[in-house]
Amino acid sequence: MPEIRNMTMNFGPQHPAAHGVLRLILEMDGEVIERADPHIGLLHRGTEKLAESKPFNQSIGYMDRLDYVSMMCNEHAYVMAIEKLLGVTPPLRAQYIRVMFAEITRILNHLMWLGAHGLDIGAMTVFLYCFREREDLMDCYEAVSGTRMHATYFRPGGVYRDLPESMANYKASKWHNKEEAKRLNNNREGSLLDFISSFTERFPGCVDDYETLLTDNRIWKQRTVGIGVVSKERALQLGFTGPMLRGSGVEWDLRKKQPYEVYDKLNFDIPVGTEGDCYDRYLVRIEEMRQSNHIIRQCVDWLQQNPGEVILDDHKLTPPAREEMKGDMESLIHHFKLFTEGYCVPEGEVYVPVEHPKGEFGIYLISDGANKPYRVKIRAPGFAHLASMAEMVKGHMLADVVAVIGTQDIVFGEIDR
Amino acid sequence: MTDTTSLAEKLTAHFKDTISGCETDRDQITLVVSPSHLLSTCEALRDEDDFSFSQLVDLCGVDYSTYGQVDWATEETTATGFSRGRNKTSVSINNEQRFAVVYHLLSIKHNHRLRLRCYLPEENPTLASVTEVWSSANWYEREAYDMFGILFEGHPDLRRLLTDYGFIGHPFRKDFPLEGNVEVRYDPDQERVVYQPVTITNRVLVPRVIRDDHRYIPDEEPSDA
Repeated sequence: MPEIRNMTMNFGPQHPAAHGVLRLILEMDGEVIERADPHIGLLHRGTEKLAESKPFNQSIGYMDRLDYVSMMCNEHAYVMAIEKLLGVTPPLRAQYIRVMFAEITRILNHLMWLGAHGLDIGAMTVFLYCFREREDLMDCYEAVSGTRMHATYFRPGGVYRDLPESMANYKASKWHNKEEAKRLNNNREGSLLDFISSFTERFPGCVDDYETLLTDNRIWKQRTVGIGVVSKERALQLGFTGPMLRGSGVEWDLRKKQPYEVYDKLNFDIPVGTEGDCYDRYLVRIEEMRQSNHIIRQCVDWLQQNPGEVILDDHKLTPPAREEMKGDMESLIHHFKLFTEGYCVPEGEVYVPVEHPKGEFGIYLISDGANKPYRVKIRAPGFAHLASMAEMVKGHMLADVVAVIGTQDIVFGEIDR
Repeated sequence: MTDTTSLAEKLTAHFKDTISGCETDRDQITLVVSPSHLLSTCEALRDEDDFSFSQLVDLCGVDYSTYGQVDWATEETTATGFSRGRNKTSVSINNEQRFAVVYHLLSIKHNHRLRLRCYLPEENPTLASVTEVWSSANWYEREAYDMFGILFEGHPDLRRLLTDYGFIGHPFRKDFPLEGNVEVRYDPDQERVVYQPVTITNRVLVPRVIRDDHRYIPDEEPSDA
């Protein structure tokens, strides 16, 4: 009898379904995976070490670049860690703004995930649908921070500035004629909050659209039902968090269980799966989008009725207004000290987690009392998820590897850090 | 979150022989365990009904060798001042406790968190692996080995994780320069990518300072005024 040997296959690092730079070494018996060994680190930038050499505020921008599809959620954990060490609480309006943008970010992330996951396993259309709505949310990012992705909007003590009273409008150009520009500008006449409000009215219908494309789709179910099943016990053992854990039937969401900011004042539900397969995790994430939309709605209502401060008035921590600085000597000194030296954070250590769209994103911050962190450890949810790759794909077909990578919602910015 | 003080009391009562410290700071409990008791403590924390820490959320290394060191004196005057290009590394203040491995545990059942710390000496930092207790420790320990050179005994596959194939050194140690030791470039003559010593130098733009700020000192004695 001829000798049959397993074949070793190299998947990535340049592969469209690898979601960035994942190199997988697959040992295959025919088309069945015997062993999978992910090689990561191709996007390792040493964020944690870089943060040690910079004043606290200068690292906020690095946080955006970790999980680069849910930017503000990363900032959120970092900023809350600093606040916890300092012992300060941001104004209530800032907390509502943060929660609203954290949920906008969750929708952004899940849309990106849904589009890419669909594309990976053969559903082209949903990608285009998702990116249509993503565009509007990116505009919200742009309106508050000036950039569409790397916002650096959350600051220790609040947010960088209040929500703008107007939205940028489309101009007639060779791509959009006058009528089309007018149609696009329809909901951009008012403030940012009006724009978000109109989005929240429209969005549930959009989610229905995605669901008609996928939820009962025979091919979609064939590709996801019973693929990558993880039991409750294994999910806990493997350090799963977020939708990956909830998909396996564990009722756990930090927004409910260990509420931070104003989540305890908001009304929302936590979807939980039963089977722990790719299809359940898909359903969980779809429902999370609806719930996030509901949360945004409540935040918009509150924010419209409650104007106020959005950042602490403590100029040892937050910069004074530009006008003040021009006329007032003390403000000038505060400004100078903040931007040349930063602020010192009292000695101590904290671990602050947030419910990031992908799971539990935590910042472990050690300060020795200096103006720079002594050590920052970023607990990325995707890291634990990818570590379980070998276990999840064992015994599956090669094509299912792509479905598992998709369902884990892998983004290398946060895994490699 | 359940009450942290009652958990701290339970922990100190249960582990009074094995732990060398239990402190609560900002509502977070830290347990200091000696390396020899680590495995038994972890197993108890996972299995005892009072604790049931079913999840290892995070595991990381810390290098304490430059803790509290600053670039710039703020209390007295100096003749030289601060030089921006300077490359300071005076490592090791306490060789016996240079490294630490920090575990963050989460109990889904009781909804509480716990931090576990294990100090390690500078020479041959070795610790028992907890992969048998929590499977998620696998990659975290590989990362800690890669970044800090901490060895985990009993780990099934202790390879480097994040750094390049053939990388030398442990980059998150405080004596490893921020700009690294080698860089890569394409060599047109050899028609391949080659490694060479770094050509960039580190410029410290903002010196590290520690200032006493009385506003943020936790109020130990409520002032009489």
